[in-house]
Amino acid sequence: MIVRVMGEGQFRLEGDAVGRLNELDDRAQEALERDDESELDRYLEEMAALVKRDGERLPDDDLSPSEAIVPPSDMTLAETKKFFSEQGLIPDVPQ
Amino acid sequence: MGLMSRTSAIVRAWYSKLLDRAEDPAVTLDYSYERQLELLQNVKKGIADVVTAKKRLELQTKKLETELPKLDEQARQALAANREDLARAALERKAFAQQQLQGLDQQIDDLAAQQEKLADSEKRLSAKVEAFRTQKETMKAQYSAAEAQVKIGEAATGIGEEMADTGLAIQRAQDKTEQMQARAAAVDELVESGTLEDYTTSGTQLDRELAQVSAQNQVDADLERLKGELAAGGKQKELEKETK
Repeated sequence: MIVRVMGEGQFRLEGDAVGRLNELDDRAQEALERDDESELDRYLEEMAALVKRDGERLPDDDLSPSEAIVPPSDMTLAETKKFFSEQGLIPDVPQ
Repeated sequence: MGLMSRTSAIVRAWYSKLLDRAEDPAVTLDYSYERQLELLQNVKKGIADVVTAKKRLELQTKKLETELPKLDEQARQALAANREDLARAALERKAFAQQQLQGLDQQIDDLAAQQEKLADSEKRLSAKVEAFRTQKETMKAQYSAAEAQVKIGEAATGIGEEMADTGLAIQRAQDKTEQMQARAAAVDELVESGTLEDYTTSGTQLDRELAQVSAQNQVDADLERLKGELAAGGKQKELEKETK
């Protein structure tokens, strides 16, 4: 499975690491629901670390799409909420 | 739905919106490529902005650092003139300047981290843009084939993700830079007005008093020096007399 860690690039992740990543993802989601910023950051950091440690980095010029994308771990709770909101945090590229 | 799926959905929606104007895959490819080049320009501009902001903070650091020994000297002179109140005021200013300096160090580090992130983003995006450019013409030539359609979709998705990622990095660096510019402007104002702490009106009074103490000290020091010179001169004459 190809996983993108936002701000860090793409990695190929295999085996039980995928299961562990999904578990952490569930906990991160729960932390966000509880508005628990420090726990949320901790899980997101663990997710990024796991992918980088157990995954194999894809070359920069690889155009493969990712099957999963890990959001950045260094956003504030307010930024994270905006990121996941209708409004969004990623700006449009000016036309 | 976990955060990864939500993130993927957001990223997908972002680049679909970016490219939704084109129905024809060949046009989509050209249009996507144009947007990629625009984004590369944006990330380069973002890096330049961060560098400018960082330089400004570094300049402020230097300014504040030159203030510290000055304030120390003022405090020393005030104490020598038995004006502990003035010495205290000068040292309070010094402590405030030191606090500002610590804050500046942190902000400079933050900006350096943003700069590095943007530089990494630029590197990844430009590698993908180049790969996309070389594949684009081949794909356009074959786009009627069903397989080529899939390939175009995949390549557009792969690079669309990188574009969204870069777009977010630019936005966040810009937010940080703006915050720091605003703080830098506030510190600049404090330094320019010569009131590192809020002394409001008494700030000028304090400056005057410190200047007076400083001038008094200078006069005392000069007097001592002249007296010393005279005494030495007298002794020299006596010595000369004795040898004659």
